[in-house]
Amino acid sequence: MLFSLTFALYFVATGTYITFFVTQKKKIRSSARSILLVAGVLHTATFISRYIAAGHTPLTTHHDTISFFAWSMTWAFLSFRWRYEVKNFGTFVSLLILILMIIGAMSSTHIVELPPALQSAWLPVHASIAILAYGFLAMAFCGGLMYLLQERELKKKRFGLFYTRLPSLDSLDNLIQHCVAIGFPLLTMGIITGSFWAKQAWGSYWHWDPKETWSLITWFLYAALLHQRFVSGWRGRRGAILAIIGFAAVLFTLWGVPFLLPGEHSYVR
Amino acid sequence: MSVDSILVLGVNHKTAPVEVREQLAFTSDPEAPFKNLKEVPGCSEFCFLSTCNRVEVIFSSNTQDETIRHIKKFLFAGSDVNESDIDKFTYLHRGKEAVTHLYRVASSLDSMVVGEPQILGQLKDAYRESSNRQCTGVILNRLLHRAFSVAKRIRTETNIGGNAVSISYAAVELARKIFGDLKEKKVLLVGAGEMAELAAEHLVNQGISEVIVANRTLERAVKLAKRFNGTAVGLEELHAQMELVDIMVSSTGASGLILHQKDVKPIMRRRKNRPLFLIDIAVPRDLDPKINDLDNIYLYDIDDLSHVVESNKSEREQEARQAERIVAEETLKFLQWIEDMQLTPTITALRRKADFIAQAELVKTLGSFDFSAKERKSIEKMTEAIINKLLHDPILFLKKNHNPEDKSNKLDVTRKIFGLNQDLNENQGKDQQEPLDIRF
Repeated sequence: MLFSLTFALYFVATGTYITFFVTQKKKIRSSARSILLVAGVLHTATFISRYIAAGHTPLTTHHDTISFFAWSMTWAFLSFRWRYEVKNFGTFVSLLILILMIIGAMSSTHIVELPPALQSAWLPVHASIAILAYGFLAMAFCGGLMYLLQERELKKKRFGLFYTRLPSLDSLDNLIQHCVAIGFPLLTMGIITGSFWAKQAWGSYWHWDPKETWSLITWFLYAALLHQRFVSGWRGRRGAILAIIGFAAVLFTLWGVPFLLPGEHSYVR
Repeated sequence: MSVDSILVLGVNHKTAPVEVREQLAFTSDPEAPFKNLKEVPGCSEFCFLSTCNRVEVIFSSNTQDETIRHIKKFLFAGSDVNESDIDKFTYLHRGKEAVTHLYRVASSLDSMVVGEPQILGQLKDAYRESSNRQCTGVILNRLLHRAFSVAKRIRTETNIGGNAVSISYAAVELARKIFGDLKEKKVLLVGAGEMAELAAEHLVNQGISEVIVANRTLERAVKLAKRFNGTAVGLEELHAQMELVDIMVSSTGASGLILHQKDVKPIMRRRKNRPLFLIDIAVPRDLDPKINDLDNIYLYDIDDLSHVVESNKSEREQEARQAERIVAEETLKFLQWIEDMQLTPTITALRRKADFIAQAELVKTLGSFDFSAKERKSIEKMTEAIINKLLHDPILFLKKNHNPEDKSNKLDVTRKIFGLNQDLNENQGKDQQEPLDIRF
């Protein structure tokens, strides 16, 4: 019930953001922001109710994970919005949130008993930190996408829908940088807490199951992005592309791995 | 008085070629137009506007044909245009069309470059000149103030003045899309020509922190650099300087390319890929077009910039359509106001206001004392008699057969004295809704 309402609100918020994107009327934007804020609050309430229903942190099923992913993006965006003004960022972010919510809505909301091996205080810590990191990395992805769209119009010298609506390359570049700068430490902490949990559950810190491997690959991608930026100036276009590739790795870790490469991390189904 | 007494007569860039317009430029004696127009018979109010693209008289008259003839004569007095040709070059708008025309002029829809902001200032000046000489009255005061607020509304509600329609401004806009804020950014001028100077001027106005001039002859570079408080370098330092700046404007007279893709590649590496915006306004071009293929470099030549300007112009035309809708809407509002200004509504409003006050006072008095029915009746009668006698003279004054010029003044004065339209105080020029009902 709560989930459907949240979902509906995200849908309306995204619709409003897209309307704003096309018309550029400031009034529409402020209503879009308010709707998104309400959706974010309602989403939080959804979580609390799921927590009560499940009796443990609801991050073990596919549905809950995706939903939490969307939630972390919403709040990452809202917290960001109060600090930086990036023109029309909301449209891209809300669209991605909506896509996540659609996927979440399509997966089963059935609550499954947690196997004893996974019952640990590390579960909420590890999963929430990791997914929070994904929230910020997803925003970096949106920034990267916007960067490439704007860059394309500037290079091709044909100004279409995006030129006037998107902010300057410089501010998009900064945006990617900020998001990765927050997302990367979170990702690091997610991996570390994960290995502690693994030690507790399976007896060793690291045993190269596919999810762990892919997390590490993702981590290296973002590490490379940050490193290259400081050392050889991989800014602008390359930074944007790397933010997109990094996010693709995130998605693969999240979906590709459990469905294509089964291991210990598979969701409880 | 009716809306049909408002007229606009003039010539503009659409109806008359510059050879004709320049003969109508009233530059020699600034007082002459006002003096001459004041003598035009039947012209009760007027505002005289003269810019390089248009000369027009906005006026109010009830003896139109004669007034129009005189004004035409006045406009073309100093020209060699035959009397029979005058109509070919002039336009005449009457009533509703005149209001629409003025609104379109004010909001720059009738300009040569649609959306250019100067015309509003010019119209405001023209109005000030005319009203300072007591040439405008109730109608034109109102009409012009409305025109100013319509123009303002269009500026805020549409994007008509939005995108750059000049080459150097287009370059500034592009720079903003690349760098965001231009503060702390450095520009390198290669070649010290006039175009470079113009572009630099725009950039400096936008907050560019440092200007460096590179030129073949150092002397000219020093001279130009001085203007912008910058530094001058020789052309051989070009590559070294390119590592430090953010924007480069090239406008040398060189016959071939001065910078190739292979030169720029190592420079970008040393810049740590910080974005570089290259503007090549030289013909023939100075910069290798292939440079644009490198990452984080944006190269625009003169044709690219012209193309940007052209496409911005067509976007403005789209915005103009929305603006036309606002003009139509505002014109209707003005017509409504004129209607309100007519005699009958004023008298009705006057009576209603008096009745309203009398009724309110009656209720107060009759409520607080214990009167008999007969006493009540006579008090009511007395009140009515006072109202009628008090209003008798003002209404007579309004109805007295007056010449048309005085009529609108009388109405206005009456409305002001009795506070029938606090909202219509045009001296304040406030942007308010016209009251369609009478307020107390």
